[in-house]
Amino acid sequence: MSPATQDGRTGVDTGLGDRFKPSNVASGREDVPPLHDILEQTEAHVATRDFSIFYRDNEAVKKITMEIPMRLVTAIIGPSGCGKSTLLRAINRMNDLIPGCHTTGEMRFDGQDIYDKKIDVAILRRRVGMVFQKPNPFPKSIYDNVAYGPRLHGITRHSRLDEIVQRSLVQAALWEEVKDRLDTNGLGLSGGQQQRLCLARALAVDPEILLMDEPTSALDPRATTRIEDLIGELRGSYTIIIVTHNMQQAARVSDLTAFLYEGVLVEYGPTKQLFTKPREKQTEDYITGRFG
Amino acid sequence: MGMKARNLLDRLFSGVGVLAIVVMGLALVLILAPIFSRGAGAYIFKATVEHRRMLLERFERGNAEALAAEAEAVREARAPVYAMLARYAAEDLAGLSGREKREARQRLEEVEDILQELFGPMPGAATPVLPRQQYGATRWDRAEVKLDRLLYVETWDYSDSGSMGQQVLKPRREEFAGTALEPLFGYVETHLEAMLRPEWTFYWGFLTDSSFDAHIFGGIWPELVGTIYLTLGAMVFAVPLGIVSAIYFAEYAQEGRLVSLLRTCVSTLAGVPSIVFGLFGLAFFINTMHVSRSKSVLAGSLTLGMLILPTVIRAAEEAIRAVPHSYKEAAVGLGAGRWRTVVTVILPAALPGILTGTVISMGRAAGETAPIIFTAAVSVGKVLSPWETLTQPTPALSWNIYNLCTEHEAVDEIRHVQFGMAATLVLAVLLLNLVAIIMRARISNKLKG
Ligand SMILES: Nc1ncnc2c1ncn2[C@@H]1O[C@H](COP(=O)(O)OP(=O)(O)OP(=O)(O)O)[C@@H](O)[C@H]1O
Ligand SMILES: [Mg+2]
Repeated sequence: MSPATQDGRTGVDTGLGDRFKPSNVASGREDVPPLHDILEQTEAHVATRDFSIFYRDNEAVKKITMEIPMRLVTAIIGPSGCGKSTLLRAINRMNDLIPGCHTTGEMRFDGQDIYDKKIDVAILRRRVGMVFQKPNPFPKSIYDNVAYGPRLHGITRHSRLDEIVQRSLVQAALWEEVKDRLDTNGLGLSGGQQQRLCLARALAVDPEILLMDEPTSALDPRATTRIEDLIGELRGSYTIIIVTHNMQQAARVSDLTAFLYEGVLVEYGPTKQLFTKPREKQTEDYITGRFG
Repeated sequence: MGMKARNLLDRLFSGVGVLAIVVMGLALVLILAPIFSRGAGAYIFKATVEHRRMLLERFERGNAEALAAEAEAVREARAPVYAMLARYAAEDLAGLSGREKREARQRLEEVEDILQELFGPMPGAATPVLPRQQYGATRWDRAEVKLDRLLYVETWDYSDSGSMGQQVLKPRREEFAGTALEPLFGYVETHLEAMLRPEWTFYWGFLTDSSFDAHIFGGIWPELVGTIYLTLGAMVFAVPLGIVSAIYFAEYAQEGRLVSLLRTCVSTLAGVPSIVFGLFGLAFFINTMHVSRSKSVLAGSLTLGMLILPTVIRAAEEAIRAVPHSYKEAAVGLGAGRWRTVVTVILPAALPGILTGTVISMGRAAGETAPIIFTAAVSVGKVLSPWETLTQPTPALSWNIYNLCTEHEAVDEIRHVQFGMAATLVLAVLLLNLVAIIMRARISNKLKG
């Protein structure tokens, strides 16, 4: 069963799905359409205009204007400290937790300005899920970890919760490994399993966007591969935005890549093109490892 | 610095560390060992027939028939003593007159007093009013002390003016040489066991009996219950308030002047001497707020609650701050609000730490004396019903240990009670800590998975 039909969504086909299978990008197909074509064919899910993020007076993200297409995988790369995490966390307003962090410009999600005063952040964060760099399951049972979000949003019926927990764990490719020990502590899993548990937890609230901040940097190569495969499977059902330090990973999993440097969006385009024929000198220097 | 010097320094350092720990452990043993060994004497001792009589008459415990048989045997063993007394009065005392008679009667009264302390009222005498005069020596260890007093007259020799007086023990028998009473001393010395019938006894009633006649008889139940009430009361006030304050400090407060002022207040409060809290409790809770007309468990609990509040706040705040930030991020990332995050994720993860802090402060509340002197404690009282705690004062272990050691009219008679109370209190606090350690370990294990 594909996840798309399981959660009741209409089978999404962007029309680009096949052409943009990550493997296709990596294997070097030449017929990659330019960015504006992609954006024309798929709706922009998140769009920013002159969007800046400040930590007090320090402008960490500078006047970024970009559109992130629906149900594709977009990677954000760039050297350490360039503002990748900051930008990512702005999309579900996690930066609200940091005192002194504020924004200018606009960021729209489904056409709505998410920094509008009328926005309910709880609902926003339900629709925009997040997976963190270090696996961070709650010190609760596997079941309670996954059920945390649904319970938060008012689902109490056991049968319904069971259903959601199973579906989410299946989607995160963890079901087979944990189905017999759902009541054991989530922290008892291996690092890779924990990260998939976190993914399941995020999927349980049925988000539209998944934000991933270096989701594999704390994992070993095998666990990393599993997560990357999962991203490939979820692609087409969810809009995925992933921050990564690993350029091979960006090339493997993403359709589009944005290169950030010192808070500025230097280049943004189809992954294949960005990695093979970067337009900007800075991008080229970075991906060829001359700095960063 | 050379390698040798470094190694030496290392060794010195760890040596000092080990030494400190050993000294601490030794001090603990030196303090606890006597408390426990002497405190155990309140529970396990050689009880005399007087003790069994007291238990049957006052607490309706024991075997009445067996006791009647025992009383008969004891009466027989004691009969020669009273016969000798009667003969002395009839034969020897009657033959004296004037000053000699007065002195002889005085000497006789001394003997009679000690005999009463040993065996209770003389046969045929009216029942005395004070319970302590209704029963003889209930404990064999006390009986032996009294036997000594019967056998020897204590006098002081001041002949050497250069030094302080010296105690001289003179056999009392000599005072009665040649009279009908002379054989009494030897008889009592050899037949004391038959007259008191000591038996090793485990007196669990020390924990569960009320006392009477100023703690000379009975146990410490009202004190124990009082301590439990006061401690639980203090917890009821301090723990919820402390946790909420800690949540505020750790999760809600924006660092600023007001918050740092509040923090300073809490720290200062933690350093205030406990007697000041006692006075504050009297002035504020009783005289100003009128929570009760006079001393009460309620007022005492509030005062103790104030005393431990800073400790609870600090422990809870530390525990909350120690919860990994990533848990909070995960909850918030799923759409949980602040309060929801605190309740569903942060508090459960902080529970072991909060628990430890709470139990430590519980031990403190149980042991504190000064705060309840003016607010809750009385030296003698009955067991209160929960309802009465709102208005009535109570005895409590901590305060009664102090009180019985300093203000009791017969301090020597109740050493076992003082040590028994101290040992019970220490044991209760240790048990509490043990429970906390076990609970903490369990919860931590559950959290770790
Ligand atoms: N909580 C914060 N308070 C103040 N400044 C911050 C905070 N978090 C990040 N910054 C600053 O914002 C800038 C961007 O940080 P950010 O974490 O977004 O970088 P990043 O690209 O994710 O780096 P990395 O690859 O190391 O994760 C950095 O200069 C950093 O010092
Ligand atoms: Mg980062």
